[in-house]
Amino acid sequence: MSRIKTLQELFKRYRRPGDLVFATVFFVFSIFLLSQIGTQSPWRGTRQIFSQPAFWPTVSLALMSLFAGLHLLSSLLSPRIPGRWTEVWQWVRALEYAGWFLIYVIVVPLLGYLPTTIIAAVLLALRVGYRRPGQLLVLAVLGAVIVIAFRGFLQVRIPAGAVYDYLPDSIRIFWLTYL
Amino acid sequence: MSDLLSGIQLLFDWQVLIALLIGSVGGVIIGAIPGVGAAVAIAILLPATFALPPLVGLTMLLGIYGSSMYGGAIPAILINTPGTAVNALTTYDGYPMTRNGEGRRAIALAYSASFMGGVFSLICLILLSPLLAKVAPMFGSREIFLAALLGIILVVLAHRGQVFAAGMLAALGIFLNTIGLEPVRYSRRFTFDQSWLSSGVDLIVVVLGLFALSQAFLLLVEKDDAPEVKPIKGSLFSGLKELWLYKRVATVAGSFGVVMGMIPGVGEFTAQFMSYTYAQKTSKTPELFGKGSPEGLIASEAANNAVPAAAMIPLLALGIPGEALTAMMLSVFYVHNVIPGPQLFQNQMDFVMALYVALLLLNVMVMVFLLVSTNLVTKIVQVPSRMVGIMILLLGFVGVYSLRNSLTDCIMAAGFGVFGVILKRLNLPLVPIILGMVLGGIMEVKLRSAMPRVSTPLDMIERPIGMILFALILIVIGLHIRTLIRERRNPPQDVDTDIHLTQSGD
Repeated sequence: MSRIKTLQELFKRYRRPGDLVFATVFFVFSIFLLSQIGTQSPWRGTRQIFSQPAFWPTVSLALMSLFAGLHLLSSLLSPRIPGRWTEVWQWVRALEYAGWFLIYVIVVPLLGYLPTTIIAAVLLALRVGYRRPGQLLVLAVLGAVIVIAFRGFLQVRIPAGAVYDYLPDSIRIFWLTYL
Repeated sequence: MSDLLSGIQLLFDWQVLIALLIGSVGGVIIGAIPGVGAAVAIAILLPATFALPPLVGLTMLLGIYGSSMYGGAIPAILINTPGTAVNALTTYDGYPMTRNGEGRRAIALAYSASFMGGVFSLICLILLSPLLAKVAPMFGSREIFLAALLGIILVVLAHRGQVFAAGMLAALGIFLNTIGLEPVRYSRRFTFDQSWLSSGVDLIVVVLGLFALSQAFLLLVEKDDAPEVKPIKGSLFSGLKELWLYKRVATVAGSFGVVMGMIPGVGEFTAQFMSYTYAQKTSKTPELFGKGSPEGLIASEAANNAVPAAAMIPLLALGIPGEALTAMMLSVFYVHNVIPGPQLFQNQMDFVMALYVALLLLNVMVMVFLLVSTNLVTKIVQVPSRMVGIMILLLGFVGVYSLRNSLTDCIMAAGFGVFGVILKRLNLPLVPIILGMVLGGIMEVKLRSAMPRVSTPLDMIERPIGMILFALILIVIGLHIRTLIRERRNPPQDVDTDIHLTQSGD
C-alpha cells in the first residue's frame, strides 16, 4: 500500500529566494516599532494592565519581534537559494504599477471616471505589451463597462470629473450623475 | 420550522434573487480564471455592497464564495492550474485523469462532488441551527475572547512549515488594528503625529491592497500567460450517477468540511487533507491516489465546498470570522449596524435561515449553469493573465476610492499591494494578517469588557464553555509540539508541492 501523505507534504509552503532579505527587513521594522512604544503608546500609571491603551500594541509588537527574530534565524540557518537579488528586483518592479495606480487615482477627479478609465486601460495595455488594435479595443470596452456598472448602476461614490463642468448643458447632468 | 419558512419568505425579493444570480454565475467565472479567486472579487465588491440591504449584499458575496470553488476545479482538472487556492488538491487527481483521457469524467465528478458537499453541509447546518441557537448565548465576553484567541493560535499553527512567518504576520495584523485613536480613552497609538493615521488603518483598505491590488501588480509584473484549454465533449450528467458509487467518501468529506469550516482559523485545507487521507486509507486502490483516483478528486471537492456554509457559523453565532472571506463579510454586517453574535442567532434566526436557503439555491443554480455552459467558462479561462491584471487594477480602484474618496486610502492600499506582492512571491500567507486585524480587535474589546468580572486568571475559565475553549487551546498547542517532535524523529519527505504558488485567495 502506498504511503499516506502527511499534511506537511500536501500543504507545506517552502522558502523562496529573497526570504532572507524580507526576514531581515521585517525584523528591523518590528524592533523599530517596539522601540517606539514609550513615545507612541506609553503605559500610564497604575491602571489595570489589560485596560491600558498600550497593552495590545505591546503584546502584538513583542510577538511580532519574537516571531520575526525566529523567522530570521531560520532563514539564516537554511541553505541559500540562488536568485535573491533577481527576486528583490521583481518586488521593485511592482512599485511601477503602484505608481500607475496612484496616477489613475489622482487623474479621475480631474478628467472624470469614464475617460480616465478608458485611457488608463489602453495605456496599461500598451505598457504591458499588447499592441493589436483588437486587444486595445477589448480593454477600452471593458473599462467603459466597469464605469457603467459601478457608477451608472450601482451608484458607488466616485466624484464626477472637473472637466464635466465644461460639457454642454444637454449632457452635463447625465455625465455628472452616471459617468 | 417557522424560522425556515420566514427565512424562505425573505428570499422572495427580486433584489435578493438577482444578487444570487450574479453571485453564482460571477463566482464560477471568477473562480475559473487562474489568478483571480473569490477573495479578490469579494474585496473589490465589498464597498459596493454597503449601499445594498444586508441580505442582498451578503447573498451576493456568499454566492461568490460558494460558487468560486466550482469554477476553480475546471482549470485545476484541465490544465493543472487551480482556479482558486483551495482547488489545489484537485489537481493531484483531476489533471492525471485528464491526461488519461478522462477529462470529462473528472469534471463531471468534481461538479457532482462539489454539489454533494455544498448541499450536505447546508442540510447539516439547517438541522443543527436550533442547537446552535441554544449554545450561542452561553458565550459571554470571556468565552468570545478565548474563542478568538483559539482562532489566532489555529491560524498560525495551521501554516505548517511557516509557523514563524504566520505568527509574525498575525501579530502584524493585531498591531495594525491598534493604530489610531484608542476607542475608550481616545489616546493616540502609533500615529507618529500624522493626522491621517489618527483614524487608524481600515480593514477594507488592507484587504483590497493585500488581495486585489497585489494580485494585479503580480500579474502585470509576471510573464503573460494565456492557457490553452480544450473543450469538453459529451454530457456531464453522468457525474451524479457515478458519485453514487462513491457516496461514502463524499459524505465523510462533506462532514470534514462542515466540522473544519466551523472551527475558526482551520478551513478548507485541513478539511481536504483529512478527507483525502481518509479516502486513501479506506480505498481499495490507494496506489491510484495522485495518479488519477476518482475518490481523491471527490474527497477534495466535496470537502472544500462544504466549508463556506459552515464558516458562516462562528461568524453569525459568535461574531468571529474563521478565515479571510468571512472576515471581509463581517464589515458588511457592521456597516448595516447588524452585529453578528449570540443575539443575532437567537433573535434573527429567519435571517440566518435565509442565508442558508440562499446558499442551497446557489448550489442548484451553479450546478445547472455549469452542466450547460462549461465550455463557455473554459473560454474565459484563456484570457491572458496581464489583461486580467489590468482589469483587477481598474476594479481595485472602485473598491478603495469609493470607500471615502480618500487619496490616503489609495496610497495605503497601493503600499499593502506591494507588500502583498512580496508575500505572494515568497509564498508567505496573507490570511494571518487579516485574521489578526479582525480577531485582534475582537480580543481587545472582549477582554476589556470581561475584566470587571475577573479578579484572578482562573475566573476567565470558570464557566464550562470557557473551560472547554481553554482546554482546546492547550490541546492544540500540545498536539503541535507532539507533531514537531515526531517530525524531528522521522522527517517527512522533502517534496515541494508548489501548491500555494498559484494561490490568489490566500
